[in-house]
Amino acid sequence: MEKLETTAWSMAMYRVSMWLKSPKPYLMVIGFGFVLSFWYLSVEIFKLPRFESMPGLTEVWTEYWSKDPYYGLSVYTPEYYKHIGISLRRIAYAFLLATVLGVPLGLFLGWSKKFREYIFPLFEIFRPIPILAWVPLAIIMFSGSETPVIFLTFLASFFATTLNTMLGVDSIDEEYTRAAYCLGASDWQTFRQVIIPGSMPYIFTGLQISIGVAWFSLVAGEMVSGQYGLGYVINTAYTMVTYPTIIIGMITLGVIGYITSAMVRMVGDYMMQWRVRELALGAN
Amino acid sequence: MSAMMNEKGALADKGAIRIEDVVKIYDPDGAAVIAVDHCNLDVPAGEICMIVGPSGCGKTTLLNAIAGFHDITSGAIYLDDELLCGPGKPKAEPGSDRVVVFQNGALFPWKTNLENVAFGPLMKGEMSKADIYDKARKMMADAGLDGTENNYPGEISSGLRRRVEIVRALMNEPKVLLFDEPYRALDSLTKSVMHEALLEIYYKNKVTIFFITHDLEEAIFLGHRLVIMTSRPCKPKKIVEVDIPHPRDYSVLTSPRFKEIMAETKGLVIEEAKKAFEAGEKEG
Repeated sequence: MEKLETTAWSMAMYRVSMWLKSPKPYLMVIGFGFVLSFWYLSVEIFKLPRFESMPGLTEVWTEYWSKDPYYGLSVYTPEYYKHIGISLRRIAYAFLLATVLGVPLGLFLGWSKKFREYIFPLFEIFRPIPILAWVPLAIIMFSGSETPVIFLTFLASFFATTLNTMLGVDSIDEEYTRAAYCLGASDWQTFRQVIIPGSMPYIFTGLQISIGVAWFSLVAGEMVSGQYGLGYVINTAYTMVTYPTIIIGMITLGVIGYITSAMVRMVGDYMMQWRVRELALGAN
Repeated sequence: MSAMMNEKGALADKGAIRIEDVVKIYDPDGAAVIAVDHCNLDVPAGEICMIVGPSGCGKTTLLNAIAGFHDITSGAIYLDDELLCGPGKPKAEPGSDRVVVFQNGALFPWKTNLENVAFGPLMKGEMSKADIYDKARKMMADAGLDGTENNYPGEISSGLRRRVEIVRALMNEPKVLLFDEPYRALDSLTKSVMHEALLEIYYKNKVTIFFITHDLEEAIFLGHRLVIMTSRPCKPKKIVEVDIPHPRDYSVLTSPRFKEIMAETKGLVIEEAKKAFEAGEKEG
């Protein structure tokens, strides 16, 4: 049995090299090419109805990379990074808080049936309330423009993390807990050694969803209440009729959202070596 | 009782199980199902006792009662004259004097094989960590598992996994090993290899084995005695001494005595299997 030294980093490199060897990158280029050319052709060449007022590909591109952007936002303006930084900071606060509170709550909900009886019905009523419905209450409850946005972002993440963690505990085969008990583990030891690591795969699925919905509700929050951030950029660009900036904001959200998801996945791979190795063997 | 000798001398003097008049009634939705009905059984210390019966006949219920996973309705179970469960104490405490080897294998996939083997003593904390790992390495080497210490269970074959699980149980120096059809999912060739490996481990370690199976060939090959169970409700129908001397190897399978015992018992087992089939009992 050869020993695989699998760190999250080498796993990521392995994925990249496998990816380059497969037809996927070329298909990806074709996919991007298709969408971009549709954009270009429909707006700038054929000028389809309703499309003509949209910002065109070349306009957005030149604006994005312009040292002196006509509408005020490009990769060369410090403003751009300030918006990104503030959005990222809000995401970080909200996501970390949701993780720190949601994971333990989910573990206890899964572990103690009695605790679940108390909390879960409450949870099930709050969870389906769309984040947008929380906006007025968030603004009333919290002062300033920063805390309401963080609260809204936190809320969506928190529900995703908690629920998935609880499902993770439910997913653990009873034979594992039985095995722990008959090998002499106490309740607390079983919780530490079996329940927590056993629900890890679900917890990280939850965190992936959590970071996704965090961006979703962040933008919603920033559009309503906020003075900086990418949601604010998009909303202000709309009201100020600086349309190319809308697209710049959207593309930035897409790229950064993807990067944060990938980071969560890498942390997951790092913490679940056993799973990475199992999957790597399965792929061979 | 059968006073057959081990390779290295007498049988273990601990681990006698006495099952006295045990009844277990499940009560799903008020429709009482009698799983075990006034079952009496004596398993002498150091013996390999094979409990044979059709799937779903209630033999696992008996094992779960000994292990402390389920309560019993009435009767009593003793381990070396100490009450495990009985009047006033319907459910036994799970403990490392009776370790279960599970049907689907219950090695913790998030721990390396070595960490799995060391699990019991680590939880009890009676020895230093270094001593525990030394002992674990030694026991793994004795069972032919050296080289797999730092692998995760998901990386080794299912046959090796079963062996790791038995070593993990033996690390606790249990009085009894409880096997819950552990080789059920293996093909017959792998099974034969596993049987010989199990006997080898048994000869080296003084322990009583309570082994549940529906495979008659497995039962005769391994056991000092067969306890053929009736279909639900479950109680001993016939007890057969297997007077083939230990140590045994696969040549036993073709010996005349093996075939005689097979002929003597096969009808009884099939009779019960038919009853179970006609009653439409579920697997389990």
